[in-house]
Amino acid sequence: MKGMTIIVKKVSEILCGVIFLYGIYIVLHGHLTPGGGFAGGVIIAGAFILLIIANGSEKVSLKRKETGTSFTESGAILAFLAVAASGMVVGTVGLFFKNYLPKGHIGRLLSAGFIPVYNIVVGIEVSAALITVFLAFVIFREEVLK
Amino acid sequence: MLLVILVLMIGGAIFSLEARDLLSAVVAYGIVGFGLVICFLILQAPDLALVQIVVETITLIIMVAVILNSTRKELGVKWASKTVAYIVGSFVFLILFMYFFEKVTSVLSVFGEHLLRMSEAYIEPGAKDTGSANLVTGVIFDYRGYDTLGEATVLFTAVMGVLTVMRLKGRKEE
Amino acid sequence: MTVYFLCLILFLVGLYGVVSKRNLIKIVIGLAIMEYSVNLFLILIGYIKGGTAPIISGLAKFKKFVDPLPQAMVLTAIVIGLATTALLLAIAVRIYRKYGTFDVKEIKKLKG
Repeated sequence: MKGMTIIVKKVSEILCGVIFLYGIYIVLHGHLTPGGGFAGGVIIAGAFILLIIANGSEKVSLKRKETGTSFTESGAILAFLAVAASGMVVGTVGLFFKNYLPKGHIGRLLSAGFIPVYNIVVGIEVSAALITVFLAFVIFREEVLK
Repeated sequence: MLLVILVLMIGGAIFSLEARDLLSAVVAYGIVGFGLVICFLILQAPDLALVQIVVETITLIIMVAVILNSTRKELGVKWASKTVAYIVGSFVFLILFMYFFEKVTSVLSVFGEHLLRMSEAYIEPGAKDTGSANLVTGVIFDYRGYDTLGEATVLFTAVMGVLTVMRLKGRKEE
Repeated sequence: MTVYFLCLILFLVGLYGVVSKRNLIKIVIGLAIMEYSVNLFLILIGYIKGGTAPIISGLAKFKKFVDPLPQAMVLTAIVIGLATTALLLAIAVRIYRKYGTFDVKEIKKLKG
């Protein structure tokens, strides 16, 4: 996919970082404010898609390969399973999805045990999945144009 | 307020299905999705509005990319000989469907009067059990963790399906 | 009650698109409309008048909340819906590359 004009490139360069930071904020504060892993992951994927549309797929060093994002997605879902399965080992009664970290004070950033960890893992998984889907369509278009 | 937006969404859906040009059909489909965002905001679901507004944008981008790569022409309508029978049959189906829907919703309470009895089990001890101030996140990752794991697996499978379908030549040939 | 019926009508519009249209893109749009109406119906069940979003803050401790369970279910369903819509569009694109048309009946005729 070719890039757009220089105005669009400059504006997207400035905006993309801000959107990315906003996505990270939404993921990290998922247990305090509206949002969470799913919403933040979709926003992060939107930032990357904006970058790809404005600059073309070569500029982002993705090189028409979707393997990087695909590996990230598989790794994230494995990490989700590993964190969930770690509850089976700890404690006298082992349970899948056991939340054995201390709960902390409600309303603080470091609270709610494993829920922020799950949020981060799911955010990585959703964003990598959506970028992979978008890259698949981009690769299709380039192979047709050839 | 909710009724007005719902009527607008129905109008957008009908226009989207009947449009003569596929690009305008996709744009009219955007009315349904963005109307749904406002419905979620009115119904006090800010998490869902946040997700839906980005998801709708990405869906529109993918659909426009597909249509610009293929064709914009909509196919002509052909009247078959059995059209009258189809119309009569669909009206019978419609009346039956409405009747059973009336039966089902009469079991539910009037809109906005009561919650389901099950919701007390999540709302009252929710914050203390999970330690999360946002109860929706608490339900997703603590009470209903298996559900989230299943949904993540479905997402993974769908992405693998897209990659398998879209790849033109095998990886080994390169 | 009127809200429930309007939601049903939105579902039926999507069903009409799936059943009667011959264009594959229109069929995908109809499926997506059905999915949206089901999401909306689940959220409508969990709504209560005067309730606030289910987020506990210091001020709103003793207020009424809307039901968090349908919201949690629909939150995951929306993201899954995007992935499945993309899968359907990918299949439609491949059919177009193979046969050169989106028409379902033409594809049926070309089966060798």
